[in-house]
Formats: sequence, structure tokens, C-alpha cells
Amino acid sequence: MKMNQRFRLNSIFVLLALLTVISLTGCTSSVKGVNGQVIVYNWGEYIDPETIRMFEEESGIKVIYDEFETNESMYPKVESGAVAYDIACPSDYMISRMIENGMLSEIDYEKIPNAKKNIGAEYYDQAKGFDPENKYAIPYCWGTVGILYNQTMVDEPITRWEQLWDEKYADNILMQDSVRDAFMVSEMLNGFSMNTLDPAELEIAKESLIRQKPLVQAYVVDQVRDKMIGGESAIGVIYSGEAIYTQQENPDLVYVIPEEGTNVWIDCWVILKNAPNKENAEKFIDFMCRPDIALINFEYITYSTPNVAARDLIEDESVKNSEIAFPDLSQYDNLETYVYLGEDGDSLYNELWKEVKSY
Amino acid sequence: MKSAAKRIYIALIVLFLYAPIGTLMVLSFNASKTRAKWGGFSFKWYIALFQNEEILRALANTLLIALLSSLIATVIGTIACIAMTGMKRQAKSILMGITNIPMLNADIVTGISLMLLYISLGIRFGMGTILLSHITFNIPYVILSVMPRMKQLNPSTYEAALDLGSSPINAFFKVVFPDLLPGILSGFLMAFTMSLDDFIITHFTKGVGVDTLSTKIYTEIKKGIKPEMYALSSLIFVTVLTLLVLINLSPDKKEKK
Repeated sequence: MKMNQRFRLNSIFVLLALLTVISLTGCTSSVKGVNGQVIVYNWGEYIDPETIRMFEEESGIKVIYDEFETNESMYPKVESGAVAYDIACPSDYMISRMIENGMLSEIDYEKIPNAKKNIGAEYYDQAKGFDPENKYAIPYCWGTVGILYNQTMVDEPITRWEQLWDEKYADNILMQDSVRDAFMVSEMLNGFSMNTLDPAELEIAKESLIRQKPLVQAYVVDQVRDKMIGGESAIGVIYSGEAIYTQQENPDLVYVIPEEGTNVWIDCWVILKNAPNKENAEKFIDFMCRPDIALINFEYITYSTPNVAARDLIEDESVKNSEIAFPDLSQYDNLETYVYLGEDGDSLYNELWKEVKSY
Repeated sequence: MKSAAKRIYIALIVLFLYAPIGTLMVLSFNASKTRAKWGGFSFKWYIALFQNEEILRALANTLLIALLSSLIATVIGTIACIAMTGMKRQAKSILMGITNIPMLNADIVTGISLMLLYISLGIRFGMGTILLSHITFNIPYVILSVMPRMKQLNPSTYEAALDLGSSPINAFFKVVFPDLLPGILSGFLMAFTMSLDDFIITHFTKGVGVDTLSTKIYTEIKKGIKPEMYALSSLIFVTVLTLLVLINLSPDKKEKK
């Protein structure tokens, strides 16, 4: 009797253990493509899934695709090494931080011919702000930060950041709820660099933001889009990538790059230092730089593409020559990209932003 | 007067609880992509939902992980409860305390510590690590709901079964188990919903290319959440609601008979 009981109990445990093992091995063993795999870490909704499928078919390389939601959540995941990613797509200032910490591998342009051929030289120039010799990053998407306003709700065209301090528009202004973007607006207003670390300048920028605070309807992130379409506010600070879409929904909206200058952001492909599949990573980036593929992705994401050859393929003339999607960068001399401010710089900005928010 | 106030109070509670879900369900039928404009009534997001492979895969992952992890946790938790009843008082309360800690612990701490543990053990991140983590945080909930049932049991019935010649295993399944069943079931359901809900722990322990619904929705933040998600959330809500109604209806019928 006792033997029998023990035997049954044991068999239950064995079964349980087996079940766990089966489910574990069944799931972790990923299927490899004929020519190996490549592990990509990109923003959510930042690629047309169709292009990944096309790449897999053409190259025989299996793409393992993972998504992140902010630069700040991407960084520790890559750094922890829990997963050895091959490619990531961070923004400008995060790229300079990754370069500083030696996390990136140099790009071999010979292996990625499409990158030099199709991507406009002006974008590489702009990228020099965070990657001085263009050694690490290949531009993928870019845009500006500007003002979106509702023609029917303002008295005169909005052209300057200054007008966000006009008391006429009290309670009709939407600001971005992020440190760098909010301070950028104020720094441009005061004629400083958006990467300044001068305490005196930052103090002035902070004072300006505090002065503006009573006029601001709300500090928001992605609600600018919906609030502006719905006519809930007259003026909002927004990314150019969202502007085209909002205009399609509400033709009264106008997007401008303010005269004082603004931020140009660029998200770039980078290959990570410890990439286990470097060759496949190069093939992947090269594929994504092909004009036809870049066009598919542009139409899916609707953020401006630095791929000049792809832009030429756009059939809709109004999109192709859109001042919003493709402003002529050479016309402006006061556009800047963010650079990494270092840990001390970051905490200084955060501290000042906290003072503004809690004022 | 008093009952009117009561009704208004209840109505307010229900309103606050369900207004957000109601909004979401209305928006899931909005033909326009933005919440600011009503583009007409349409099923197009529901159609798009069933054509979106990524969302469906995330849904399948979520359900699979929830089901497996709650099943395994229920078995482990119930066995732990049985073992604990045979323990001395002190050992029992110590063990009970230990199992309670993960529940009181902040999710983010559990998530990060699990991630670090897996890294140091060299375990590859994937479905397996999510499953292990979910089992880990589900076990205390099972113990929490089975243990009170265990205490209510009359030990004499089990002994009587043994006296009448039943084997211990047989006695357990015939006598003890049916009494425990309500506790086990509610533990299982609690574990299932906990696993379904979880975002933070999954976020830290998931591998590349494996997404559950919560992590998938979160990555859509930069570009705005797609209306397909509204449709899916509405469907899940309606399914859960019907299930609840069915479960709550059936005992009533029996009593009436």
C-alpha cells in the first residue's frame, strides 16, 4: 500500500517536471532561418510588418523582432545583456550616450551600399551632431518639433515660439510633457542652445516656463493629436510626423517650424557592439535602405524618411513636396539635434523640470 | 429618501467603474482612427483585428501563459497547503509568511530580481522565463485561497475514510478534495486573472519577439494605440461578462428547484 502511494505521488511530480521541461524547451528554441537569424530592437509600430516578411523571404534570414516604447526603456535592456540584440533604432541623444559607453559597433558602409547611395547627405550632416564622423548611425526616420495651430481659433498666423507666451491664448496652449522638449521651446525663445548646460541660461529658461505655465491648458504627450483634431485647443507643440495625419482629419490645422529655430530629431539604425549576427544585421539595414522598401515603411509610419530615392518614388505630389514632411533643411540655420548631456546634465534638467511642474 | 440616496450612490459607483469601458466599446465601432471625431458606425476594426497576426499571436501567448501558469501554480500551491497542514505551528506560520512576501512585494522588484536571477543562471529569455515568473507570482494567491478551506476541514472525515479501509490517496480524492474544490477553483481563477493582467513582471522577463497583450499595447505608445486594440478589449470584456453571468446564474436555478 505504502509503496503504491509513494509511486503515485512520484509519478505526479515526474509528470509535472516533464510538463514544465516540455513547455520550456518547446518555447525557447527559436526556429532559425536557412541563413541564420538577426535580432532587431525597434520602436513599436515603427516598421511595416510586410517588409520584414519580404526580407525573410529574400534573404533566408529569420528576423526576431522586438519592440520598445521609449529610449530610456530600451537602454537598460540592451545594457543588461539579457538578450544579445544585433540592431537597435534609438534616437539621436541616446545614440551619443551609447557611443560614449562603447555599446555600438562601427558601420562598414561597403557592406551596406544602399545606405550611402539612397540616404541624403544633409541627414548625415545633421547626424554629425551626435555621431561626429557618421561612424555608427544610419538615419531611418526623422522630423521636426513645431507648432500646430487651428486657423479658426487664432487671430493671426502663428510663426514664433514667442506667441506661446501671448496671454490672448491663455488656456488654449498644449505643451509637451517631456523635459527636453519643454526646455527646448523655452531655450529657443531665449536664444540659447537646446543642449546648454550653463546654469544661468537654464535658470532663465526655467523662469520662462514658469511664466508660461498659467497660460498652458495641459502638458501632454500623445494627446496633442486628438485634442487638436477635436478643436479642444488652439495651439499645440507637436512632432511633424503627427502633423500630416492631423491635417487629414481636420483641414483647419496648420503646422509651422517656428522662426526661432527648433529641434530636428533623427532615429537611426545602429549595430550593437556584441552583435552575434553582424553580417545579417548589415544585410537587414541594407534592405531597409532600399528605395522601394523605405517607401513602404514611409507610407506605413508616415514619419519623414531620410531616404531621398524613396521620396522620389512617392506618387502623391502633395506628400512628396510637403513642407511638413520634407522641409528644406538648408533654409534654416537654427535647427539643432539633442545630444546626450551626461548623467549630471540629465539630473539638472530633471530637477529644473520638477520645479516648473510643481510651481 | 434613504433608499433613493442608496440607489444614486450605487449608480455613481457603477458609472465610475464602467464609464471608461463604455467609452472604449463605443470607440471600437468608430470608423475614424481618432477619438476626437465620430466617423460613423463600422466593424472595420474588428475585421482588421482578426487579420492582424501580431495581435492574435500576442493574444494566444497571453492565454497560453495564463492557462499554463495558473494550472501549474494551482497544483503546486494545493500540494503546499496539504504539506503545511501536517507541519508544526511555528514552521507553518514561517512558511506562510514566506509565501506571502511575493504578494506584498512591489511587482517591479519581483520583475527585476527575476530578470537578474535568469541572467546569472544563464537562462535564455523567452516564453519559458515568462511562464516561470508567472508561476512564481501565482503560487501565493493559490495558497491564500486554498489555506482557509483547509483549516475549515473536519479531520475526522478523512480519518473515518481511512478507518473504513480507503487508501490515503483514495481518501484524499474522495473526501478531502471535494471539500477543497471551491478554494482550489477560486485560487485558479485568481491566478489566471493575475497572470492575464500582469505587465511589469512580463516586461522584465520576456524574451525577444515574445509579446503578451499588455506588453504589445505598451509598445504602441509612441505612435498611438491602434483602434484594433479597442475592438479586442471590448471582445474580452464581453466574454468575461457573459462567463460571469453564466456562472452566477446556474446556482440560482438549482436553488429554485
